[in-house]
Formats: sequence, structure tokens, C-alpha cells
Amino acid sequence: MRDPESERLMYVVIAGGGKVGANVARSLLRLGHEVTLIEQRRDRFDRLEDEFEHQVQRGDATELFVLERAGIARPPDIMLALTGDDEDNMVICQLAKERYGVPKVIARVNDPRNQAHFDLLGLAPTICATSSIMALVEHEVPEHDLIHLLELRKENLEIVEVQIDRDSPSAGKRVEGLKLPEGARLISVMRDGRSEIAVGSTMLEAGDQVLAILEPGKEDELRRVLLRR
Amino acid sequence: MNALIIGCGRVGSTIALQLHKEGWDVTVIDENEDALSRLGENWPGSFVVGHGMDTDLLRQAGIEEADAVVVSTDGDNTNIVIGQVAQKRFGIQCVIARILDPARADFYAARGLRTVCPTKTAIDTLTEAVRACEIPKVSA
Repeated sequence: MRDPESERLMYVVIAGGGKVGANVARSLLRLGHEVTLIEQRRDRFDRLEDEFEHQVQRGDATELFVLERAGIARPPDIMLALTGDDEDNMVICQLAKERYGVPKVIARVNDPRNQAHFDLLGLAPTICATSSIMALVEHEVPEHDLIHLLELRKENLEIVEVQIDRDSPSAGKRVEGLKLPEGARLISVMRDGRSEIAVGSTMLEAGDQVLAILEPGKEDELRRVLLRR
Repeated sequence: MNALIIGCGRVGSTIALQLHKEGWDVTVIDENEDALSRLGENWPGSFVVGHGMDTDLLRQAGIEEADAVVVSTDGDNTNIVIGQVAQKRFGIQCVIARILDPARADFYAARGLRTVCPTKTAIDTLTEAVRACEIPKVSA
């Protein structure tokens, strides 16, 4: 019988031993997973070797022989492309996925302007610190009208929050009376700190925070219906 | 015919000059303004300063009207990504990317990117040159 404990453990290859890569490696090792970390820079590698010993290898993770030395052909359960260079991360993901059949690749996006390139090449999921911070900052802007809460890339859907105010044409109307665009639905309405699922008879009021799910690109139509902006 | 050359080093600049001589309308992109000097005193084509990963800049440089795109920056992975962007986002049929690493050049060539690998060419040429040497046979 297989040990149920070991079945929960994964083999993870991490490209990039900067702050992000090293911390992720440390966290995974603490959970008992098997990790190989790849770092190109000599000075960084020397420091990492003191801590990670044989679990860190030196080399350019976009070179096939370096990936192979790190066991990419096994293949690992997950490949993490966490270098500070977006082009490198894209190539690492493509090689891992398409040449070695790694079932899951996760990439770090350094410059949010490169997100479109990751999407174009079908590399998902991605994580971008700048975009995450901006989404949180947006949330804090007192007079926000529509903000993005969650992107469901695989589903090609996103969840947004809309703030209804006194001048909104939707204030005082029932959900069923709104001409919502094709490909957009209201999920819930939050009022006075309490949230309820939006149904046809739900009445919208000024001050409500409405969650909606929609296809990307429908934001402007939704904004027009709810806010006339 | 329009050609867009991304990366104006020794290779990119020479290709630009050659294509221009053959009658192409050539636009060159490089991050570094100084790279313009590689194109000679009176470069009659266009020169755009910026990074080839920037989609807006590619548009501004006329990629949508390009008949051929040559990606020849000094980074293999940058060339690989820009090459795929030109192919997949802008639908350019003729995209040629310079890739120094033979392994990556083969991988992306198999996936439909036209890659040129100077390393491989050098290896073949040098090996051939050695074979062509007339070495006097040592008599036993």
C-alpha cells in the first residue's frame, strides 16, 4: 500500500533564486516537498548553496541541459518560473510544458505590460506583484466606480465590483428591470455590511456594492447600464 | 516591401543596410539611440528607439504593414518571445529570429518559428574547414 503521506508530496523545480524563488523553495521544503532550485548568478548561487546544499543547482534555466540536470524530464509536478526576467520566464514555461510535458507551470510576471505576451502564448497561471498591489490600491480609492476583483483566465471571465451612487440610473430599480449586457450577470449586493445573492427581485439602492461576473471587455456596457458612465 | 528589423547590432544593422540596398523599405528598432550610428551617416529608412517587447512601439514602427520581421537583439529569449508575438499577435508570415543556442533554435523551429542559429552555422563551417585541410599523410 502506498503511503498516503508521500502521495501528497510533490516534486517542484524552481527557476530563479532571488528573494521570491528562495522563499518559495524554503516554504515548499518546510512542507516536505522535493525541490530543485536553479540560479544562474555565481554570487547568489554561493549563498543559496550554504542553505539549500544539493537542492540548488547553478545554471541558466532556459538551457535544456540545465533543466534536464534539474530533473525536468521526470517530469516534476510543477515548474515555477520565478526569475526577474519575463522573457526567460516565458521560455522556461514553454520548454517545461511543451517539450517535457510538465503538467503545471506557474510564471512570475515582472512588468505588467508583459502580461499580454504570457496570455498570447497560453502561459497561465501567472502572478504579478505590481498588478496585485494596484488592484488593492484601486479598491481603496473612495470614489471608485468599477474595480476588478478577480480574473478567471481559464474561464475567460472576471469578477468586478461596482459602486451604485445616487445618480446611478440603476438605483431604485430591480435587477430584472436592468438591461444587462449579454455575458454579464450580477452576483450579489452588499448593503450596510451585509451581502445577499442578487436575484431578479433584488432592488438596487444608492451606496450598494454590487459584484458582477462578466466576459472581459463588457465592463463599459455594464458601467453604462448600472452607472450611465 | 516593408521590413522591420528589431535589434540594431552588428547583425541587425548589416541586414538593414543590405535590404535597403535591395529596394526594401526598412524600419529599425533598438533600445539604444546610439545604435543608429551603425546604419551610417544618412540612414534613409526609419529608426525607432524602444524595446521590441513593447506592443505599442511595434505598432508605431509599422509592424502591421511589415512583409518581413527580423528579430536580432542580443538576447535569445527576447528574440524568441518577440518572434512569437510578431507571428501570433500580428500574423506576420515571414518572421526570422536569431537564436544562438542550437537546442532552443531546434525546439522553436519545430514549433513553426523560422530560426537562424549562427552557432550551428559556425560549427558546421569550422568542421568543414578542418576536413578540407590538406594534411600530409604520415608515412608509416
